[in-house]
Amino acid sequence: MKKNYKQIPMPVRYAINILLLIVFLVVVNGLIESKTISFSDSKIIMLIGINIILAVSLNIGTGYLGQLPLGHAGFMAVGAYASAILMRNIGASWLTIPIGMIFGGLVAALFGLIIGIPALRLKGDYLAIITLGFGEIIRVVLLNIDDVLGFKLTYGAASLKNIPKTTTFLNTFVVVIITCFVIHTMMKSRHGRAILSIRENEIAAESCGIKTTYYKTLGFVVSAFFAGVAGSLYAGYLGILSPGSFGFMKSIEILVMVVLGGMGSMIGSVASATVLTALPEMLRTFASYRIVAYSLLLIIVMIFKPSGLMGTYDFSLSHLLEKLLNSKRSIGKKSEKGGR
Amino acid sequence: MLKVNGINVYYGNIHAIKDVSFQVEKGEIVTLIGANGAGKSTILKTVSGLLRSKTGSIEFVDKNICSLAPHKIVERGLAHVPEGRRVFLQMTVEENLEMGSFTQPKAGVSERLERVFEQFPRLKERRRQIAATLSGGEQQMLAMGRALMSCPDLLMLDEPSMGLAPLLVEQIFCIIKSLNEAGTTILLVEQNALMALSIAHRGYVLETGRVVKSAPAQVLLDDESVKKAYLGG
Repeated sequence: MKKNYKQIPMPVRYAINILLLIVFLVVVNGLIESKTISFSDSKIIMLIGINIILAVSLNIGTGYLGQLPLGHAGFMAVGAYASAILMRNIGASWLTIPIGMIFGGLVAALFGLIIGIPALRLKGDYLAIITLGFGEIIRVVLLNIDDVLGFKLTYGAASLKNIPKTTTFLNTFVVVIITCFVIHTMMKSRHGRAILSIRENEIAAESCGIKTTYYKTLGFVVSAFFAGVAGSLYAGYLGILSPGSFGFMKSIEILVMVVLGGMGSMIGSVASATVLTALPEMLRTFASYRIVAYSLLLIIVMIFKPSGLMGTYDFSLSHLLEKLLNSKRSIGKKSEKGGR
Repeated sequence: MLKVNGINVYYGNIHAIKDVSFQVEKGEIVTLIGANGAGKSTILKTVSGLLRSKTGSIEFVDKNICSLAPHKIVERGLAHVPEGRRVFLQMTVEENLEMGSFTQPKAGVSERLERVFEQFPRLKERRRQIAATLSGGEQQMLAMGRALMSCPDLLMLDEPSMGLAPLLVEQIFCIIKSLNEAGTTILLVEQNALMALSIAHRGYVLETGRVVKSAPAQVLLDDESVKKAYLGG
């Protein structure tokens, strides 16, 4: 039925996507450098980037793996503190940023492994409670570890200061793109299929010969890794870290982004992370009513679109272009509803 | 080919399988029949490694597979079609089948896919359709096709007739028979004892976790007590 359906070859697809991303980066970066976008707005844009990484990485656990982890802020905190302590000690250079991020990510991934192995034996609410507990433990440990062990490491409630402010628009969004690309590629691969099949039906997956424990842990660890990377960007963004900012509410905030965007949809996570970060700022004119407006929005979306804004739909620019190309070729004929 | 020796399986404190032994020879269709709660599905789950037996041994092609992880057992050529179909609902028919050959090298996948489509022409018609939109019978075919994608020597089917219309049940059993004729050994668990015995070579009758009778299928079909209990007079 698709005999004349023009397809865009793979390298061209990549080229188009990369080109558009570069144009986006250069344009927005130019706007920020030339102060067309104000300093405070550029800060919000960076925060959007960090939240996108958090939402997209949590989406592995909730959307693709079908679990309900509530400790994402814990992994973020681990990554943030690990890289902040490292960055403070090695001083600022161009290498600080990647080293700090990778280090933060790896430490968070290690914690993901330690938590994941016992936690993933459980399901649903039990897993939620274990991960919730983990998140709180991290926060309390960060708060008290110096006093108890006599370190000068996290500075507890006095907060960790003088972290080099390395996070810029450019490096944030390069990391956002890498994150989305890696997770997207992973989910399209054989490993991603295995993870999806566990969500669909764990017993069937097991009887197909899929190592369910291994793949669940893999998903969890990758999710934790990128949360740690986001944490290290956050450390470099604020320049100051206190355990209070990684509480339970932070995990919920990220979860809301994923649920609102549609579980299992990457573009959904990206869109809702953008909206939910920008919205509270834009609603500042309503002063104290903004929290009400924010909550109302959530309620309305959940009533009218319980699967989230995007459902499980994933956006593909190439599919859209292909559709456009083909509909132009066959004017008059109804263009087929394609894509996924 | 499969030798199960004195297995005991517990669900917590409940002793579900009591000292069960049976065997399946190459090329046979063997059926386990019994009422609800007799332990038929539990036995299959134990053989495929989803549950563990406290005692006894399970030998597959002369190797003990008792302590192997489920994915290792699949790699050895023992496929399990779990009860209630359990297809991956949000994936397409083709993707479902591809998941079935997860343990196999990638090279032969398309070839095996063609073989499964030959066996189930209906699935070929619907290869791009989401599995959730298939009918019950088609989903059962899909579950069986998926298991066949791992090129099993022994195929274990758990209640393939469950929830299907009588016409479809007959169709499914025809397929099982032809799979067997094509060389796959089959261990079949059924509540529909009459159907199961009519295609099987041998049968075992289970009652509350014990094997109470084992005989060639034809003998069981004529057995008075079996007739009374399972075949409706």
